[in-house]
Amino acid sequence: MTDRVSDSWAARLLSEHGMLVVLLLLSAYYSWATYDIQHPAGESGGERLAAEILQKLPASAQVIIVAGEGKEDAAFARVLEDRLGAGGMTVVETVKGQPADARQALERIVRSGSRLDIIACHSSVAAWGVFENLGQKFPPLASARIATPETYRWPNFLKTDNLVNIANQIAVIALIAIGMTMVVITGGIDLSVGSLIALSAVVSTLLIREAAGAEQASANGMVLCSVGAIALCGAVGSFTGLMITVFGIPAFIVTLGMMLVASGLAYIFAEGQSIYQVPDSFVWLGRGADLGLPNGVLLMIALYGLAHVVMTRMVLGRYIYAVGGNPEAARLSGVPIKSVLIFVYTLSGVLAGLGGILMASQLKSGSPTYGGMYELYVIAAVVVGGTSLSGGEGKILGTLIGAFIIAVIQNGMNLTGVESYTQKVVLGLVILGAVLLDMLKKRGWAWPRWMKSQN
Amino acid sequence: MRGISKSFPGVRALDGVALTLHRGEVLAVVGENGAGKSTLIKILAGAHAPEAGSIFVLGAEVELGSPVAAQKQGIAVIHQEFNLVPSLSVRENIFLGRERAKTGFVRVREESQAAAALFDRLGVAIHPETKCRSLTVAQQQLVEIAKALSQQAQIIVMDEPSATLTTQEVGRLFAVIRDLRAQGIGVIYISHRLDEIFQIADRVMVLRDGRHIVTRPIAEVNRDALIEWMVGRRLENEFPQRRADLREERLVVECLERGEKVRNVSFAIRRGEVLGLTGLIGAGRTETARLIFGADRMEGGTIRLDGRRLRPRNPRDAIRAGIALLTEDRKAQGLVLGRSVRENFGLPNLPRLSRMGFVRRGREGTALARYLASLRIRISHPDQPALQLSGGNQQKVVLAKWLERNCHVIIFDEPTRGIDVGAKYEVYLLINELAAQGKAILMISSELPEVLGMSDRILVMHEGRITGEITDVANATQEQIMRRAVG
Repeated sequence: MTDRVSDSWAARLLSEHGMLVVLLLLSAYYSWATYDIQHPAGESGGERLAAEILQKLPASAQVIIVAGEGKEDAAFARVLEDRLGAGGMTVVETVKGQPADARQALERIVRSGSRLDIIACHSSVAAWGVFENLGQKFPPLASARIATPETYRWPNFLKTDNLVNIANQIAVIALIAIGMTMVVITGGIDLSVGSLIALSAVVSTLLIREAAGAEQASANGMVLCSVGAIALCGAVGSFTGLMITVFGIPAFIVTLGMMLVASGLAYIFAEGQSIYQVPDSFVWLGRGADLGLPNGVLLMIALYGLAHVVMTRMVLGRYIYAVGGNPEAARLSGVPIKSVLIFVYTLSGVLAGLGGILMASQLKSGSPTYGGMYELYVIAAVVVGGTSLSGGEGKILGTLIGAFIIAVIQNGMNLTGVESYTQKVVLGLVILGAVLLDMLKKRGWAWPRWMKSQN
Repeated sequence: MRGISKSFPGVRALDGVALTLHRGEVLAVVGENGAGKSTLIKILAGAHAPEAGSIFVLGAEVELGSPVAAQKQGIAVIHQEFNLVPSLSVRENIFLGRERAKTGFVRVREESQAAAALFDRLGVAIHPETKCRSLTVAQQQLVEIAKALSQQAQIIVMDEPSATLTTQEVGRLFAVIRDLRAQGIGVIYISHRLDEIFQIADRVMVLRDGRHIVTRPIAEVNRDALIEWMVGRRLENEFPQRRADLREERLVVECLERGEKVRNVSFAIRRGEVLGLTGLIGAGRTETARLIFGADRMEGGTIRLDGRRLRPRNPRDAIRAGIALLTEDRKAQGLVLGRSVRENFGLPNLPRLSRMGFVRRGREGTALARYLASLRIRISHPDQPALQLSGGNQQKVVLAKWLERNCHVIIFDEPTRGIDVGAKYEVYLLINELAAQGKAILMISSELPEVLGMSDRILVMHEGRITGEITDVANATQEQIMRRAVG
């Protein structure tokens, strides 16, 4: 009985969440491929080392903490100092900086004649030349030992930083893919999103530079400039929707045209240059992490939740599916198909605009070169996520999975040292493979007849 | 065919069905919707593989693994929806995929002559270079038959061939079928129209719920017996009785105009009235309905609903005003086939089944459940895609979604097309019940017995104009209607 339940459970998982399984398999593969020795550093390294030192040495031990520069090392040193202090140990000195700083500190200790038992640092600092042959350079310190956090084995892929990095990398594409999913479900396509990223990034940074006071711009000013850029992209989307519904021009053509128009406008506005005269706080959206995760990732997650509710629980979602499934039947059932279409293209424009802001914030500048080829990655995410290009079916959360499949492959190949040209080839093949898998699944794993008859 | 079985998710579509077809014979297959006729055809066409049973052609067991394999065995299927490429010529369609070519170049003259010979054999005049797009439905059907003959078909399966033909065209089709029979070709003729079966078939086979009920020479059966076999019970009357209670005028249409199809059409429907609208295919009946429903733009004329002027710019306006249109083509226009029964049911009703933009799924489910029971819609789950339902059940889902909308004026366009006898009766009962509730009903139909049996009044259209009105329906005849329909 139990067996049968788990059997059907596995079968259902495969048939309903095939792409999720693919994502997990990919993650498992890259976890295996990047399984490696880890040298703890940063906050967690500090914790570990403090625990090790407190366990092995008496509280009377004298310690110097040495760390390099940067946030990570500062956190390492701070945590270590706190923990050791709390354990009753004497931290003689805490050094943060270059090897030369460490040398001076050691010299000070020698001069003062105090005892030193432990030099606490993480593994890359331990490799500094100043600590080599310590007994010869500073005879009084011959008894001092260098302590580093114990190493352990763990996949580089599964490190928290890396996972967050993946989410951060894909946030722009995933965000825009929400709008694209809806567009594709109505049976359309939006090729203009890549250019709209550039337009939005350029217009927002340009407005900040010209109208909001450049580097001295206030938060409100930046929000206003960003909203203006997003509104412009939304207007482009509405225009696209109008051309499609009023004149009946195929979406492919209209958005192809708008792709060129938007890209050209971005270059004209920016005069072909990057715009980087923005305040430091402009990176809040792209690089800030107020709630543990990067703000951009949180925004993406929130919007996916919202879009999922819209598509599964709201009238608008029903209408979007109906318009894509059978526009004539939808129209004859009283669905305002023109409004629905204009809405989805507007939304796609707005989200592309938002994506542009996010990108500008991540890179702290706006440039007309942003978003090149992004429309293709966005469409790939949608298609890999199981949405049919012929319209009428697809799931928002499928797209999120599709976006992550792309991100995981790219990240995994970077970690395993696959060069970027090869990455393109692999990515292309994976997209094809994912869609093929989905097709086979939909047909109940029925292979084409000719393939069967050969064996 | 012996002991053919086939199952689909949730349904056993065919259960040990046996069928024998002789040379030069017309075998009629009848049965209600969902009886398994379509499945049988698909197995013969090689589109589905049977799970059990075997098929013999001329005594030898064959496997119809694919449409091509079926063709090789001399079996040709002419589906309700034709397999013609509209933009290609008749000749190109006939030889599509089997072009007579030499080193890649099509030998046009040879093909042309062969096609002409085929049409000679059928006794019809169709020019081989005409684009299929510009042919009438009846002509396209003949092209399909010619295509079958060009494949040396010995067995031709026709699925509802008369469904979209006018009476004269059906007559011509029968002449062709008799011709084929004389040439030794076996024809399997599937139809809901029992009258036709008595005209054309040599033997008749009845399917019910996927089982073979009976096969008899046509001379040994009568209409009532056939119906009884099909529905498994005795139908007292094909059309239910009703006492009409006509009240004030609800929908008034004056001087409706749109191009060639609708010219100066005026009529009125009272509350509680069933107005029959008939005529030949292409007479402008559907086009008139679409104007009232706002699906096409009027070029002239006025519509009044309960005395108030109505200017529907789109179906949404018409639905809001209380008009429903049940289209003749439920697959193309009535349903979003890929979506669930629930979503299809909800589509026109969402404004009332939602709050602040959120669908009230609970209410929606309860409302749907009510209709599933009262209309006896057979589905495995409300989230089942509409695609998987049989024709009759699909039609009932369309009915359900409009009944829930509770419109005052309901336009039925060929409400019983492709529906079996039992379900037809249910639809008739429903129409009568709606009329009794005081709704105004416009029933468009090509089936004259249906028009005569159901209507309180009949309008006949010809080439966009109303050419006749029959008020004394009880004493009217089919001939009376036909005379007006041909102009």
